Amino acid sequence: MSTHPPVGERFRRFRSGRGGGEQLTVPPAEFTSYYGRPILKPPVWKWDIAAYLFTGGLAAGSSLLAAGGQLTGRPALRRAGRVTALAAVATSAYFLVNDLGRPARFHHMLRVAKPTSPMSVGTWILTVFGPAAGVAAAAEAVAWLPERGVLGLGRRLLPGAGRAAGLVAAATAPALATYTGVLLADTAVPSWHEAYPELPAVFAGSALASGAGVGLLAAPCAQAGPARRMAVAGAALELWGVHRVETRLGLLSEPYRTGVPGRLLRAGRSLTAAGVVGALVGRRSRLLSGLSGAALLAASVATRFGIFHGGVASARDPKYTVVPQRERFERRATGG
Amino acid sequence: MAEAHPVGFQWVMEAKRRGAKVFHVDPRFTRTSAVADTYLPIRAGTDIALLGGVVRYILENELDFREYVLAYTNAATIVSEQFADTEDLDGLFSGYRPETGSYDTSSWQYAGHEDHAEITGTGKERDSAAGLRHESHGMPVPGQTARDETLRHPRCVYQILRRHFARYTPEMVERVCGIPQEKFLELARAWTHNSGRERTGALVYSVGWTQHTVGVQYIRTGAIIQTLLGNMGRPGGGILALRGHASIQGSTDIPTLYNLLPGYLPMPHHADHETFDDWVDSIRHRGQKGFWDDSRAYAASLLKAYWGDAARPDNDFCYGYLPRMTGDHGTYQQVLNMIDGKVKGYFLLGQNPAVGSAHGRAQRLGMANLDWLVVRDLFLIESATFWKNSPEVATGEITPEQCRTEVFFLPAASHVEKEGTFTQTQRLLQWREKAVDPPGDARSELWFFYHLGRRLREKLATSPHPRDRALLDLAWDYPTHGPHAEPSAEAVLREINGYEVATGRPLSAFTQARDDGSTAIGCWIYTGVYADGVNQAARRRPRHEQDWVAAQWGWAWPANRRILYNRASADPQGRPWSERKKYVWWDPDAGEWTGYDVPDFERTKPPTYRPPQGASGVAALAGDDAFIMQSDGKAWLYAPSGVLDGPLPTHYEPAESPMRNPVYGQQANPTRKVYEHPVNPINPSPPEAHSGVFPYVFTVSRLTEHHTAGGMSRTVRPLAELQPEMFVEVSPELAAEAGLAHLGWAHLVSGRAVIEARVLVTERLTPLRVDGRIIHQLWLPYHFGTEGLVTGDSANDLFGITLDPNVLIQESKVGTCDVRPGRRPTGAALLDLVADYRRRAGMTPQRRIPIVTTGAAGGHDAADSTDERFRAGVGRRSRAGGGNA
Amino acid sequence: MPDANSGLRAAGPGAGRRLDRRPTQGWAFFTDTSVCIGCKACEVACKEWERRARLRVGPARHVLRTTPGALTANSWRHVAFVEQPRPAADAAGSAAPAAGPGPQFLGMPGAQPPGRGTGAAGRSDFRWLMMSDVCKHCTHAACLDVCPTGSLFRTEFGTVVVQEDICNGCGYCIPACPYGVIDQRRGDGRAWKCTLCYDRLGAGLTPACAQACPTGSIQYGPLDELRERAAERVATLHERGVPEARLYGHDPTDGVGGDGAFFLLLDAPEVYGLPPDPVVTTRDLPRMWRRAGLAALAMAAAAVAAFVGGSS
Repeated sequence: MSTHPPVGERFRRFRSGRGGGEQLTVPPAEFTSYYGRPILKPPVWKWDIAAYLFTGGLAAGSSLLAAGGQLTGRPALRRAGRVTALAAVATSAYFLVNDLGRPARFHHMLRVAKPTSPMSVGTWILTVFGPAAGVAAAAEAVAWLPERGVLGLGRRLLPGAGRAAGLVAAATAPALATYTGVLLADTAVPSWHEAYPELPAVFAGSALASGAGVGLLAAPCAQAGPARRMAVAGAALELWGVHRVETRLGLLSEPYRTGVPGRLLRAGRSLTAAGVVGALVGRRSRLLSGLSGAALLAASVATRFGIFHGGVASARDPKYTVVPQRERFERRATGG
Repeated sequence: MAEAHPVGFQWVMEAKRRGAKVFHVDPRFTRTSAVADTYLPIRAGTDIALLGGVVRYILENELDFREYVLAYTNAATIVSEQFADTEDLDGLFSGYRPETGSYDTSSWQYAGHEDHAEITGTGKERDSAAGLRHESHGMPVPGQTARDETLRHPRCVYQILRRHFARYTPEMVERVCGIPQEKFLELARAWTHNSGRERTGALVYSVGWTQHTVGVQYIRTGAIIQTLLGNMGRPGGGILALRGHASIQGSTDIPTLYNLLPGYLPMPHHADHETFDDWVDSIRHRGQKGFWDDSRAYAASLLKAYWGDAARPDNDFCYGYLPRMTGDHGTYQQVLNMIDGKVKGYFLLGQNPAVGSAHGRAQRLGMANLDWLVVRDLFLIESATFWKNSPEVATGEITPEQCRTEVFFLPAASHVEKEGTFTQTQRLLQWREKAVDPPGDARSELWFFYHLGRRLREKLATSPHPRDRALLDLAWDYPTHGPHAEPSAEAVLREINGYEVATGRPLSAFTQARDDGSTAIGCWIYTGVYADGVNQAARRRPRHEQDWVAAQWGWAWPANRRILYNRASADPQGRPWSERKKYVWWDPDAGEWTGYDVPDFERTKPPTYRPPQGASGVAALAGDDAFIMQSDGKAWLYAPSGVLDGPLPTHYEPAESPMRNPVYGQQANPTRKVYEHPVNPINPSPPEAHSGVFPYVFTVSRLTEHHTAGGMSRTVRPLAELQPEMFVEVSPELAAEAGLAHLGWAHLVSGRAVIEARVLVTERLTPLRVDGRIIHQLWLPYHFGTEGLVTGDSANDLFGITLDPNVLIQESKVGTCDVRPGRRPTGAALLDLVADYRRRAGMTPQRRIPIVTTGAAGGHDAADSTDERFRAGVGRRSRAGGGNA
Repeated sequence: MPDANSGLRAAGPGAGRRLDRRPTQGWAFFTDTSVCIGCKACEVACKEWERRARLRVGPARHVLRTTPGALTANSWRHVAFVEQPRPAADAAGSAAPAAGPGPQFLGMPGAQPPGRGTGAAGRSDFRWLMMSDVCKHCTHAACLDVCPTGSLFRTEFGTVVVQEDICNGCGYCIPACPYGVIDQRRGDGRAWKCTLCYDRLGAGLTPACAQACPTGSIQYGPLDELRERAAERVATLHERGVPEARLYGHDPTDGVGGDGAFFLLLDAPEVYGLPPDPVVTTRDLPRMWRRAGLAALAMAAAAVAAFVGGSS
């Protein structure tokens, strides 16, 4: 049809009756838009960025687990943590480069360091974390190295380097886990931006829980105690954050409660709860612990995709752009 | 205007910025309406009723610029007592000849001039589009007339006008056009306000106005208003046509028309103009006033330019070589002749009739029945590919393997790839430099015709046949340059300007034209464009470096005069009407006319000059005869001659209308050109039966995004993507009535074709309450065809062929149709659908379209009885004439 | 005409600090929609110029049928069309202050075609708004702030431009833009948007769209001067009984520090598809970093506690 609007119209929509309850700080939404078209461009990021949110958090959580194991003499935790951290950060790098419109130009990220760009900050965090995680994981291969020669030198040096690198990675890990919250929040996407106080906490909790999940899966029951406690702490942080996101933002919480993002976040909550319960109940059961660990990992995946798609949904519907801004505008106009 | 002329529309917006009020009258709400102060929806084809309402408003309220009207118009002139108006004859004027469908105009003449009528109701004038030749001047009438300066004489033009337009009340305007009375009065007040000594108003129309069976009378009505308001020959006044393409004005000045030669010299007719003297005498009319008296010199100089040394006074300047008209050679007659196998070869240059002309099916069937066809265009257009890609190929009416036409496609250079002039609506010639070389084999028209002529002449060089002398004797010696031997466009402009044969010195004014063969002029009205050997059209002095008339930008014909008849910008005594509207005036001290523009008057003829008895030509013009090209020196409110369908405009319904004419019994223009041809069935209109089969009015026009038949826009990506699909705009009410869904499909059916389009439901179209019933109008763009990046069915396929009698322009802005939801059928089923509609509408081969419908009741098949009633009307006419005596 | 040596502060690649203020004498667009006739010459001129410059703009045929269109990676000017009833204040000819968007439903035709049942009567109290949209070249440009490669930069003319040889298509600028302007080009991967004809400005030319605009709806000039002109125009329109005329993006104190391309609108911004109160997302960035720091600390503390505090 013609590229100019065939028929002018003025949408007038009433907010659906969903939700209700105390979170209704927004009066029923009545708004106008241009043919109901989105005002914002939804993110062009594909599923791999949502997946990166998970793998990045997993890398961070795992490296913390590894460092803990390293410092407290729990080799199973250390080994599983280091290997998982490397695998997760390598996958993250793949996802990140793969999502670029021009993957061959990934190194352009290193041209500048900009605190105004969370992506630039994240690039430098990964630049520190990635090699450290790599060296730490490499140290786990010491046993397979020959005694002599160049590789023999590695056999002598690696354990020390691995310890140092493991601590560097662990020190960077909280930044790696939480900057992604800023990455999403520092956009015009309404439900991401307005959730900026909670997103880092959600992601930190999710990272801890997923790291704990690795510990529960990989470590014998005797060494898994810290992982259980990490699971509880992470789950608490995550559940608190997600609850806030789902309820505090008024209209902008709606995308997190409805549709696919709503289902994902609900699944994440159930899995997290199941994982925590399993971790606590199954102290003596390797099987139950393993299942709990898997549940926590799945929970983390579900939460990350839920948050990701909730934001995308809020960018696709002009309601979420217009109504809050219109209210802000009116409040200012009336001096409120 | 914003839709089709966005660049010109900037000046409307500028005026609006300065406080002007913009009215927009259009069947649909367009981009223009969007920025207008007031929008008036109108039923397509009823403009004369609206304008007639304004004329009546002026006359009833005596809002005319009386001093101007008395001095410069024929308002006071007394008309023959034999004249009978439409008021007396139910929509016909006196002198109608039903057997030819045309008027004998002797009864329309000024009193005492009855024997001077040239047009005698034979229909020949219509076939030769005789009205067209008077684009630059009125039809000849004797110069001396009887006048009543008090305007009280019952047969003076002013009183005739009052009686004729008395019927066009605001109530009638509402009844005919669907425009609410208060809106109409708002418009009338605003228009008449811009009149008088201090104010003027301009009427700017686009050529859609001309595409009606009463198109010439539309513009006549506008001219009457502008003349009554004193808006002619004054700054800020005038009537300007916005053309559909660059240089359409130029292509009538130096015409691409069968009945005209350059400078509005008529093409000779084989029966009337046997000799050179016959021909030039028919142009100049001894005894009349004005500059046409010198037409022998213009004609001789034109022939001298054509045939050079071979053109001598003793052989009548090779007049015998000129082709002669034998009848109607108009484009539509040609198409029907093609279908009938009477035309063998055809050149198409920069035209895409398969899409752009009315009745596309007839156009394509005609072109498919030639020996050869040459198409020169920028892109491979539908008119070059109809034999393999057209609706008729889909229906099996044209089989590519059997189509007998051999098509030659020659790529053409665009306007930026060649040099030359554009002549725009103000008659301003602007020279254009070549910006880039044309790509590949693309060449300019100048190159094509020059080398075509050169090669033909080479082939015929040894021909012994006298018939080839016309070609061999041509002066065909233009200098060429460049690798492709491009002829010099400046050399052509110099020849158009004219030169002294002996010295080659360019002429500077057409008054230097001679009839003894000493001057050669390609187009006498353009003389001066190459004055002093300088290309005056190429002048580009910025407006900041000259006064507001900007006389040193380009060159306007005639004589670089920017406003014609500008003598009228001064009062009869030669003083400016007002300081604000000062333009050209008489300087008594210097004893000459002076002003900002070139005075359109003999420079030293004082306002007080009165011609001696028996004077003719220029000498017969009095010092206050401002309209110097008119044969009585006056602007014509009433046209005693020259217009074939009436001395005054009258509202007639379009040839296809769902409505009975609310004004008169005469339904449609009784002199319109009707082609009774099997390919051209016309949808029935009241009083004929079955008009309800095609209940809706449709109109077509342009979108900003596309250009005419789309050859230059559907082929260009950034333009094509802006409007990528054929659509039809309908009102929500019509959508509900016809079951159309927004963005769904609909198909439209007329007696000729069925086309499909996407449906665009919009309140920009509105049903009109007209004469007690609701009329739904649909709007379509006519840009789409089967070639290009974006394609669609062509709206012009819906139209039949019915023409204005004066200039043979088709009625392609209004027609009737039916609309149905869904896509159209294809193949043979499509033909069946149209045939079914024709059957239901009684459009059988035996049907004869009723032309005269005076006295007929609405809705009944009254064709048989109208002749009877008409004869009764003739009887009334003579009584009416007697009553006036 | 802009002069490259006019003393405008250059902001090179990578210099994109959040408070990268527009030079006060920046060059700008003022789009006066009250004289827009919707001819789309701006769209075409933009594409023609870009095609000449880069020889690759121009959508494939299959994407032609988008309706009603928007600013995209390939269309850097877009004319919006809005059909609606005329505001009551205007129809009545009174100069009452604008009452904002009216509540009347004009409707998108569907199964139930809209239309006031009265038919012709009252139909002309109807209007068709047109607006040529473009990149706003914000004073505080989120796209520029968040760009991790320094591809987006502030030019010496105060405009915001993507360097196509640096952009790696990370896509971060796209959700960052509060106006939904910048976009990723399919098949190319990089982000594209209006450059305010950076190449033309450098050569002392007017941007292609402003040059092509027949009615002066798109005006180009120094930002300060355009703001004055716009204020006068609004005052004139208010005097002439168009109380709904308002400026959008002109205010240097708004959420993006004022736009380098601002508008005179005849209805609420959202009617044209513009956000009513856009804010540069990086305004909240310091607070975001603080919250992230808190979360990181909590995470570290939780990890330490998990290993130190437990019994097993």
